[in-house]
This record gives sequence, C-alpha cells and structure tokens, in this order.
Amino acid sequence: MSTKVLKSRDFHKLPVGLNVVFNVIAGLFAFACVFPFLFVTIISFTDEQTLAANGYSIFPEKWSLDAYRYLFKAGDQLFRSYGITITVTLIGTLVSLILTATFAYAISRKSFKYRNFFGFFAFFTMLFNGGLVPTYIVVTQLLGMKDTLLALILPMAGNAFYIMIMRTFFVTSVPEAIIESGKIDGAGEFGIFCRLILPLSLPGLATIGLFSTLGYWNDWFNALLYIDNPDLVPLQSMLMRIENSMQFLLQNTNNPSLGVGLLQSLPQDTSRMAMVVLATGPIIFAYPFFQRYFIQGLTIGAVKE
Amino acid sequence: MKRIGGFFKDINKNKVLLLMALPATLWFLFFSYLPMAGVVIAFKEYRNSRDGFWASIVESKWVGWDNFKFLFSTNDAYVITRNTLLYNIFFIIVGLVLAVAMAIILAEITNKKLAKVYQTGMFLPYFLSWVIVGYFVFSFLSFDKGMINQIGSWFGAEPTQWYTEKAYWPFIIILVFLWKSVGYNSVVYLAAIMGIDKSLYEAAMIDGASKWQQIRNITLPMLKPLMTILTLLAIGRIFYADFGLFYQVPRDSGALYSVTNVIDTYVYRGLKATGEIGMSTAAGLYQSVIGFTLVILSNWIVRKWDKDNALF
Repeated sequence: MSTKVLKSRDFHKLPVGLNVVFNVIAGLFAFACVFPFLFVTIISFTDEQTLAANGYSIFPEKWSLDAYRYLFKAGDQLFRSYGITITVTLIGTLVSLILTATFAYAISRKSFKYRNFFGFFAFFTMLFNGGLVPTYIVVTQLLGMKDTLLALILPMAGNAFYIMIMRTFFVTSVPEAIIESGKIDGAGEFGIFCRLILPLSLPGLATIGLFSTLGYWNDWFNALLYIDNPDLVPLQSMLMRIENSMQFLLQNTNNPSLGVGLLQSLPQDTSRMAMVVLATGPIIFAYPFFQRYFIQGLTIGAVKE
Repeated sequence: MKRIGGFFKDINKNKVLLLMALPATLWFLFFSYLPMAGVVIAFKEYRNSRDGFWASIVESKWVGWDNFKFLFSTNDAYVITRNTLLYNIFFIIVGLVLAVAMAIILAEITNKKLAKVYQTGMFLPYFLSWVIVGYFVFSFLSFDKGMINQIGSWFGAEPTQWYTEKAYWPFIIILVFLWKSVGYNSVVYLAAIMGIDKSLYEAAMIDGASKWQQIRNITLPMLKPLMTILTLLAIGRIFYADFGLFYQVPRDSGALYSVTNVIDTYVYRGLKATGEIGMSTAAGLYQSVIGFTLVILSNWIVRKWDKDNALF
C-alpha cells in the first residue's frame, strides 16, 4: 500500500542519461582546466636526459628531483624574487585596502557634502584613461619610480571598481543608526570608521583584499615596464626572463665560482618547469579557500544600490 | 564674502571625510588624471628633456594630427583594429554561450558534491597569471618536446613549428581565452541560476514540462537580463584586449604579429621596443576615445533596456 512520496527535490531531478552526459562534459572540462598544471608538475620531476630524448611526457621513463635540487642550491634569484613578490603583495594589498576603504566610506556617507563630486571623480577613471604611454611617462619621469619597489606597488593600488563595490557594501550593510549611536557616544568620525565600521565590513574588505592579493601575486606587467634591476624582479617577471635564458637565474648567485659550471650542468627544461610549479604553488594551495570568498565577492559586486 | 565663509564652514564640517578621501584622490590625480592630460603627447613630437617631466611635455614640438596620419597610413592601424575587434566579438559570443551552458550543466547535475568538484577545477585557470599560462601552452606546442607534436608523430604527422605558423593562432588564442575564462563566468551565471525561485520549476513540472522545456522557458529567460548586461559591458570594452593573452601566450613571436597584434600590444611595443612614443600615444588615445564612446553607448542601451542594471 505504500506509495512513494516524491520530495520536491526529486521532481527537479535530471533524467539519468542526461545526468551522465552532463557529468562527462563538466568533468572533462574541469579536467582540461587542471591538466596543464599537472602536466607541468610532472615535467618538472622528469629526468633531463629522458626529457631530451622523449620530449614532455605524462608518463616519463625516469623521474628525477634534480631540477629542485639545483634550484635550492643555486636559486638565489628565485628566493629573492619570492621575497619581492611577497613584500609587494603584502604592502600592496594593505595600501590598496586603505585607499579603497577610506575613499569608499567617505562617498558612502549621505552627510558628506562632496560625495557626488568625489564619486564621479573616481568613476570617471573607469570610462576614460590616458593610456599606457602617458602613464609610463608620469611614473618614470615625474614620479621617478623606475627600478623601485613603489613602481610595483602604487600603479596597481587604486581601483575605481573596487571603490564602487566597497561603497555599495558600506551603503547596504552598515546601518546609519550605528554611525548615529557612535556619535552619541562621543566618537569622532574617524573613531567611528575604525572601531565600528571596519569590523562590520570585514567580508567586504576580505573580498577586495583577496582580489588585490591575487592581482599583486600575478602581476608581471609593471615589472616588464618599470623594473630592470634583477634584485627587484618579482616571481612572474623572473619566469618571463628565464623563458629564453636560464642565465638570468645564475647571474646573481652568491657564489660566483658556481656560476659557469652550474649553468652547464643545470637541467634547463625541468628547472624552468620546477620554477613554474614553485611560483604557482602558493596560489594552488590557497585557492580552494579563496574561491568561496571570490564567489561571495562576485555576488557583492553584482548588487547595486 | 558670505559665500566664501560658507565654503570654509562646509570644508570644516566635512574635514574628516575629506581627509579620508584624500589618499585615493591623490592616487587618482597622479595615476589617472595626469596621464589623461598626458595625451597631448599624441599631438606632439615627444622629446625627453633633461629638465624633467614638465619640460619634456612643454618643449616637445606640436605636430597636430601628424601622429594619427602616420598611424592610419600604415597597415598597422587596420591590423590591430581588426584583430582587437574580431577576437573580442568571438570571445563575447562563444564565451557567453559556453559560460551559460556550463552554468546550466553544473546547476542540473544531480550529485551536488561532484558539481562542486567540477566547479573548483574550472575556476583554477582564473587564478593563474598569463606567464604561467604561457608556459602551459608551451608544454603543448613546443616544436621538439611539446605534446601536440608528439601525439602527431604517432600518427606519422610532421612536427609543426607552432610559434611561427600564423594560420593556427586565431584558434589557439580563442581556445586559451575560453580555457581561462569560462569557469569564472559560469560561476557568475550559476549564482544567478541559484537565485531563481524554485517554485517556478515545481509549477512547470506539475504542468508536465520536460527538463529541456524548463531550461528553455524558465532558466534562460531568467538569465536574460544578466546575459544582456554582461554582454553590453563586454561590448563597451571591445576596443581593449587582454595584454597577457596576446603577448605572453604567443611568446611575443614576431612571425605571428599579423594575427596576434592588438591595440594594447601595439602600444606597448611602440613604447618599449620601437620607441615610437608619439604614434604609440596616438594609438592609445584612439583606443580610449572609441572605448569611451562605446561604454557610453552600451550604457545608454542598458538604460533603455533595464534601468536598474545600468552602470550609471
């Protein structure tokens, strides 16, 4: 007598055959997205001779850790570039957050008399820009930032789009009553911002922070434009430079006697790929965690007031 | 006098918020507005002056529209405009179709845990820099070691010099673009699908609608506003290309310029490689002006279509 009770979930169910097809399509595409990274990782663990004989292969005949061993022995440049990238990413994200949060908060306040002016001031930069050449000339000649860390940090620090997202966040999720209550308790504008608004805005700040962290970690364009000094070359830019010549890796090694001999014995192909793996590693480990915030961020960005 | 007094009173009343807006205001002045003023270089024969930035700009000779005349008298202007436009048109159309299709597929897959795993995989390329992607592509296309030539050789094909054969590059560029962007965009659409009222589907099911009918009559119409907005925004950016995709992935190979040179790479090469500052600025200004017009135009259309989603 028992009739099967269908839950509403079951109504919505996909026919079995189609479900299989969908799984195959999505699975294959997802695999294709991950595969190149696996492939490059395998290449980095391949024996250099095997590689010279057989080319890049998913199933190398002989594995080897040589690439990594050499990198740790002679990789002064690698460690220096790591240091640059980490420094630039940390400071850059912080500067970017400060610029974004303060400006966005000011233009989010209804009592701020010049909010429309400043809002447009930022927004207009999304519509029109001077282009690469004038920017380059301002940064190198007027600001004199060529070959400085500032050239890797400042040009990326401001962003009208982040400001718009953050302003929307302040307007929608920070009730005006909180500001009023802060005022009644005798806090100044800045005190209210630091002690009441910022703690409430952590999800928004986290989103913007992650976007800019990723931007700084992955940036190579500013280094391409502004950096010639090997001591200031960040990871991504270092990877570009060793594309053609591994020499770059060794020209600054601490132990000059190592230089020439090491370059000859250096497993060139596998070392390049090992560098790719080492430079990408932190992102790969962090991104499943990042992903959640990114999706949240996309949703925040989509909401307009 | 009274008005000036009132102005200072206003400033005083808003001083803390003004102070908070100051850092970013300075940033915009230096990194956005000064370069905007710098476009005068497009109308000058730029010379570096020893007396610094202002002197360089002031002392350079006015040449009127000459830079533009030179630019448009070469074949370059045509090639970079054509490439930028055609690639973007393909990206917009194919990207939209694939992202929406993938979002629907992810939303419909019965096992939600698996769907999450797929989504995580698809999202990965978005997190990687173009330099890394360039290495990935090289592992497939390298002449002597690459996977594609190896697989080809199993079937007796001659190895191909991928980095000099321009016939293949439009496909490679489009493929790499889709590989990097579809996962990210499908997440945006997936979020929208999750927001659709479930009772709509239940009502349709009671009426006996098949899955395909549900997708066609509920999901797609509900996604239409988002598709329209994102497409119009993309059209507003149609004169801009992703520098990394066109510079890193083809490894700046000169043999491929006719199919990989876009306005952004042209401007960069004019600045850093060939030193044609004036013409390069002219190309940048051409890009900015048409880009500006297109953004205004597409926003105007969005406003007509759906006021809530307009950018401004």
